[in-house]
Amino acid sequence: MTKEKEEHREDPMQIDSNRVPTGSLLTDYLRIYYGKFFPYTDMFKWLAYGNDGKHPGCDSSYFGRREFSFTIKSDRDEIYLRFQSFFNASEMETSIKAKCPTKIDIGAVYTVDPAKRHAYAQSGFNPIERELVFDIDISDYDDVRYCCSGADTCLNCWPLMTIAIKVIDTALREDFGFSHILWVYSGRRGVHCWVCDSRARRLSKEQRSAIADYFHVYKGGENSLKKVTFSGPLHPFLARAYTDVLKNEFEKWVSTQKLFEHEERFHKILQLIPDESVVSELAEKWQGNSVRWEHLKHMLQSGSKKTQGLRRCIEEIVFSYTYPRLDIQVTKGMNHLLKAPFCVHPGTGRICIPIDPKKCEEFDPTSVPTVAQLIEELNANASIGADNYVEKTSLAASVHLFRTCFLEPLIKTCKDELENAYNTKIQQTKDSLNW
Amino acid sequence: MEIVRSQRRNGSDGSGSSASLPLYKSAPSLEFRLEEFGQYAIDRLRVLQAISDGLSRGKKPEEMENLVSEQWRANMKHQDADKTLRKDIISHFVLRLVYCREEEMRRWFLSMETALFRYRFRLQNAEAQKSIMNELQLQYNVLGNAEYETIKDKLTEAARSVNFTSNPEAVFYKVPFEDVPELVASRRVFILKGFAFVPRNQVVSLVCTIFRSNISKALALTNRKWRAMIQDQEKDRIAPMVEALGNVYLGPDYSKPKDCAEISLKDINQLASTSFPLCMRHLFGKLREDHHLKHQGRMQLGLFLKGVGLKLEDALAFWRAEFSQKVGAERFDKEYAYSIRHNYGKEGKRTDYTPYSCQKIIMSTPSTGDHHGCPYRHFSEENLRAALNKMGVGGRAMDDIMDKVRNRHYQLACTLTFEATHGTSCETGINHPNQYFVESRKFFESKNKHSQPTA
Repeated sequence: MTKEKEEHREDPMQIDSNRVPTGSLLTDYLRIYYGKFFPYTDMFKWLAYGNDGKHPGCDSSYFGRREFSFTIKSDRDEIYLRFQSFFNASEMETSIKAKCPTKIDIGAVYTVDPAKRHAYAQSGFNPIERELVFDIDISDYDDVRYCCSGADTCLNCWPLMTIAIKVIDTALREDFGFSHILWVYSGRRGVHCWVCDSRARRLSKEQRSAIADYFHVYKGGENSLKKVTFSGPLHPFLARAYTDVLKNEFEKWVSTQKLFEHEERFHKILQLIPDESVVSELAEKWQGNSVRWEHLKHMLQSGSKKTQGLRRCIEEIVFSYTYPRLDIQVTKGMNHLLKAPFCVHPGTGRICIPIDPKKCEEFDPTSVPTVAQLIEELNANASIGADNYVEKTSLAASVHLFRTCFLEPLIKTCKDELENAYNTKIQQTKDSLNW
Repeated sequence: MEIVRSQRRNGSDGSGSSASLPLYKSAPSLEFRLEEFGQYAIDRLRVLQAISDGLSRGKKPEEMENLVSEQWRANMKHQDADKTLRKDIISHFVLRLVYCREEEMRRWFLSMETALFRYRFRLQNAEAQKSIMNELQLQYNVLGNAEYETIKDKLTEAARSVNFTSNPEAVFYKVPFEDVPELVASRRVFILKGFAFVPRNQVVSLVCTIFRSNISKALALTNRKWRAMIQDQEKDRIAPMVEALGNVYLGPDYSKPKDCAEISLKDINQLASTSFPLCMRHLFGKLREDHHLKHQGRMQLGLFLKGVGLKLEDALAFWRAEFSQKVGAERFDKEYAYSIRHNYGKEGKRTDYTPYSCQKIIMSTPSTGDHHGCPYRHFSEENLRAALNKMGVGGRAMDDIMDKVRNRHYQLACTLTFEATHGTSCETGINHPNQYFVESRKFFESKNKHSQPTA
């Protein structure tokens, strides 16, 4: 990224696209970002779910009953504003531009406009629709990745997120029958998933809980040794995840993380084997031998040891290391607020852009556009007199992806559903009049 | 109307057994006396209470079946099947009136009635079960042969994963996955494109979900009707009885600490080491160590402390003292203080949350970075032994406890721990962390009394 500082001498905004902006600089960048880049119309079309037209079946109050929350940071303070709501896209745009939030969260659709909740006492204000959401953080895998920890990620460990996307996306489509699924980079160390089918939005807390538990395979806090236990043959979902994704990914992981080259790393794997004799035999043979994983697999699969708990040991090891680790509570709740796509992550400056699940292997978190970079591109375009500045920046591809892979199919489905619901209602009215 | 239907049915299958488990779809137009109103309700309540008790002691399904059978026979059954049915229906609808009035009550009633229905259903013969399913219109969801052929491998795979040998003649029900949340959650069914394929031997779950959903809606409706007119119309006749029935003892309420059982901050360390159950000791210890706890941990420990008698101001001071060492006092006040006040019913909906029972804690599963849940369930044997060692448990007691853990009797393990650390027996069995605390304090208080030097 060349920095043509000379050319921008007159430009008061000296951009160093490698620096993560903070404080008042962040606010300045955000002002420009919200002024020129944030896709208000697309976000509105998404969250209106078809209720933004002139069709008599539209519910014009729908968008206004959605809760948003803003986090507004200045040098000294951080303010968190809940229960924000907007009647339409233009109100949302005005409010965001005025307040310049460092974070925007999307909540549930309530029975009434959140701004008027106090008038409806306790029983009248309830969430009635909310996307089915998932939140996956790579820092939850710190015990199995050796290249990074905490909020950092690199191309060596990012594949864990790719695995999570593949396993969960496939299950959501194949098993649960959902089709309008949006995956978003969370800006630093993870991914979010928004399932937007109307069937998903109407799920009860109990049903969300059931889905979360369906995906909950990696269990137990730091005090339990074995987080994955399979007592018998695998359920078709798990078998598919293993065969299609996890098995091969683990092989790669073994090599990128050098799992069998360092004693404390393979020791962890040995701890998952519930047979002392196997463990000691392996430990002995492994002094200086590097084909350890093959050896281990062979030993566990040979069936020569009949100890209980050994049959699924390979799968248990593979799942322990690679199976998606979800934040279950995020999925179970109906009013958990989740960060909106296309926000700027204040810690990294990166934009929370959508990820195409069909091409998730190609996603590179280290080359996601940052707000500084976008502004620099904008300036460069302006200085050469290009029209449609924003279209020629790195964000255009993401907005395009959002529209073609997600928004357009979704809107079509919504319009069809609205039409059908409306026609049914009309027919019912006609029928009752026939009495 | 169940009564009318059973008369019609008696001719068709002769057994009349389908009518022995009503679905309570509509209020009966039966006449009965006011005395029956109260007595029937109390008898049924005894059954529901016994179920509640059994569940919190972690009884297995077979044990629960026996419990329900015995309790039903003891409290509800009459020689004449028709009279039993009458009492069954009347008592259900009376209790519906009593328990529709508050959210906590509705939730409890719904859970217990569903449990009662579940075990009674399991005890019915195949014919009776089939006719109940027909009444719920499930015959329309039977999986057709053509579709069966396309997925039979997966159906077998799913059956084997839960240790069932799949019977090729088995009937499968194709229902939306939303109708069998328990089976989906535990991955006990095959699902495809949003449908669950429920084998005959899992149909209990399906039937219960539908039952539960129907009763839930009915309760909401009854509540509205009660408030809108019945309460007023019946204020001299039924309303006082309904009130009285609602106050019948249910189970210890640990949301409000008893007597002058308030504890102060300076006592808390001491109390943690002598009177906290392991789950809370662990959370407490981790909080002291890391100066932080994740949300579920904060809820579990925070509500426990509330039940134990820690006042709001002291709770805020306690949490602030810990958290400020990690995130700073300012961040604590902004991000965490709110939820503590929320727990005490001082914010938001102003619900006064009740501390979690053992059943609830056992069912919650900690994940990475979490310390909540039941240690008897989640700790590895090594870590559990170490933790119990620190509490002063050893030798024979340790082995007994480990044995209980291996057999998944977590509450019994905790009870044995209590007995080992206090040197006394605990007949009632632990089913709530606050109960552990209360019993412990009782023990120490009486010990102190007896060791008071005479003046």
